[in-house]
Amino acid sequence: MSIFLQALINGLNQGAIYALIALGYTMVYGILRMINFAHGDFIMVGAYTIFYTAPIMVSYGMPAWMAVLIAVVVCAIVGVLVERIAYKPVRGSGSISALITALAMSLFLENLAMVLFGPNPKTVLKIFKLPMITILGAKIQMKYLLTLGIGIAIMILMNVFVHATRIGKAMRAVPQDKEAATIVGIDVDRIITLTFAIGCALAAVAALMYVSTYPRCTTDMGSMMGIKAFIAAVLGGIGIIPGAMLGGIIVGLIEIFVKIYLAPGWYEAITYGILIVVLLIKPSGILGKNTGVKV
Amino acid sequence: MLEVKDLVVNYGAVEALKGISFTIEKGEIVTLIGANGAGKTTTMHTISGLVRAKSGSITYNGEDLLKIRPSKLIEKGIAHVPEGRHVFPEMTVDENLDMGAYSCKDKKAVEAIRDDVFEKFPRLRERRRQLAGTLSGGEQQMLAVGRALMGQPSIILMDEPSMGLSPILVEEVFSIIEEIHKAGITVMLNEQNARMALAIADRAYVLETGKITISGKASDLMQDERIRKAYLGQ
Ligand SMILES: Nc1ncnc2c1ncn2[C@@H]1O[C@H](COP(=O)(O)OP(=O)(O)OP(=O)(O)O)[C@@H](O)[C@H]1O
Ligand SMILES: [Mg+2]
Repeated sequence: MSIFLQALINGLNQGAIYALIALGYTMVYGILRMINFAHGDFIMVGAYTIFYTAPIMVSYGMPAWMAVLIAVVVCAIVGVLVERIAYKPVRGSGSISALITALAMSLFLENLAMVLFGPNPKTVLKIFKLPMITILGAKIQMKYLLTLGIGIAIMILMNVFVHATRIGKAMRAVPQDKEAATIVGIDVDRIITLTFAIGCALAAVAALMYVSTYPRCTTDMGSMMGIKAFIAAVLGGIGIIPGAMLGGIIVGLIEIFVKIYLAPGWYEAITYGILIVVLLIKPSGILGKNTGVKV
Repeated sequence: MLEVKDLVVNYGAVEALKGISFTIEKGEIVTLIGANGAGKTTTMHTISGLVRAKSGSITYNGEDLLKIRPSKLIEKGIAHVPEGRHVFPEMTVDENLDMGAYSCKDKKAVEAIRDDVFEKFPRLRERRRQLAGTLSGGEQQMLAVGRALMGQPSIILMDEPSMGLSPILVEEVFSIIEEIHKAGITVMLNEQNARMALAIADRAYVLETGKITISGKASDLMQDERIRKAYLGQ
């Protein structure tokens, strides 16, 4: 029972990280029908920003986690630059061009990081200084509960944002019908840019949650995380915001439970297996609408 | 109010509009009639900025529309009810109307206009929380018109609003157009249903494969031999 509870909290924590990254994938896919393969790399951008700025925060007497605010800004700016400079010019020249551009952008960001930060992994300082607590005999890290809480809070906020605000509704309207969106006065380009900014900002928050769990940055950390989050987005139904959240949580839980109860090396195979089974039964993902072919 | 001059529009090698000119005065209902592929939608899309003009000009109250961002047109008072409705299918009726008032940031004003729209379309009020994609074709058309009205336009561009509707609903749509017109809104109407369009319009232009071939007062055109033959089936 105590192991189960521990695994559950760890899994949910891991899942919340994937969910935040998956949100970025799904929002960009929803609006542009494009898989932004460089999205995972924003975790890396965020993580390095935190690595460099957290000590500065601490030296000014502020808590280390405040570095995430800088990471959010940096990721949003880099995201907007990538969209404007690399993606916008190839918009409308086919999905293959967009895909290749995104892959190239991913390589570019990783190599740029290699040049800027060097090939050696960096160890991030302790983000949260929180005790372990014991619940029902299970030793649980408070920081897991905290990051889980942050993850859930952000997901709720995102849902409220896209349903209750004018800009948020526009972000839902644009993917449904760009022409109609323009007619009613929505500046589609601006909404697309904003979507990238928000998606990348969420990746920065995910980076904070990640480095508080595993305090290491490497230049290729984004690709691995990105693939898992992408699977999460497809599993939940790509283009659908609650789908990304659900998919992220499922992928996180599978990962931790398989690692603890079966064998550490198996979780990827099992995750892919479940993805394949779900897609066979419901090609548009768990929460997706079954309309024709996708992915 | 709206003046289109020598407008040429190409899609790749296809010349869809071959230099058309027409005007719409404030308070008029002007209809553009023509068969499939004549270029009616292209004309409207070019006014709305969804399609680029190759040459020619479009001026609205003296302002060059070709230089304005398409998303700014609604603020200028130009609303568009597109062919095929184009409601936001995954949004509720209320949210679709919200989007119609996107450029208006005053929430109280939006609610007042929404009440007006519901007054006109009581069926929409009953379905406020229903997803637009699940509405019937007629209801979607009402929603598309309602959404355009939410922008408080001075001129409304309607692209074949009667398309795919039953005769009773066609009657209803045309009486709504007249109602909108009575409320002081100028109307540009694309139609294949020439009989209905000419009955409510002040003036009409006939478009044939990218060229305006006949124009005049709607009541005159109704008597025109060529129109009676080609468009009224007489
Ligand atoms: N996106 C496009 N790409 C290429 N050609 C197009 C495009 N849109 C329209 N056309 C062509 O331009 C011409 C005019 O089309 P348009 O849609 O304006 O006609 P329409 O009068 O609105 O017809 P309908 O009554 O069927 O709606 C047609 O020959 C059409 O094939
Ligand atoms: Mg048309």
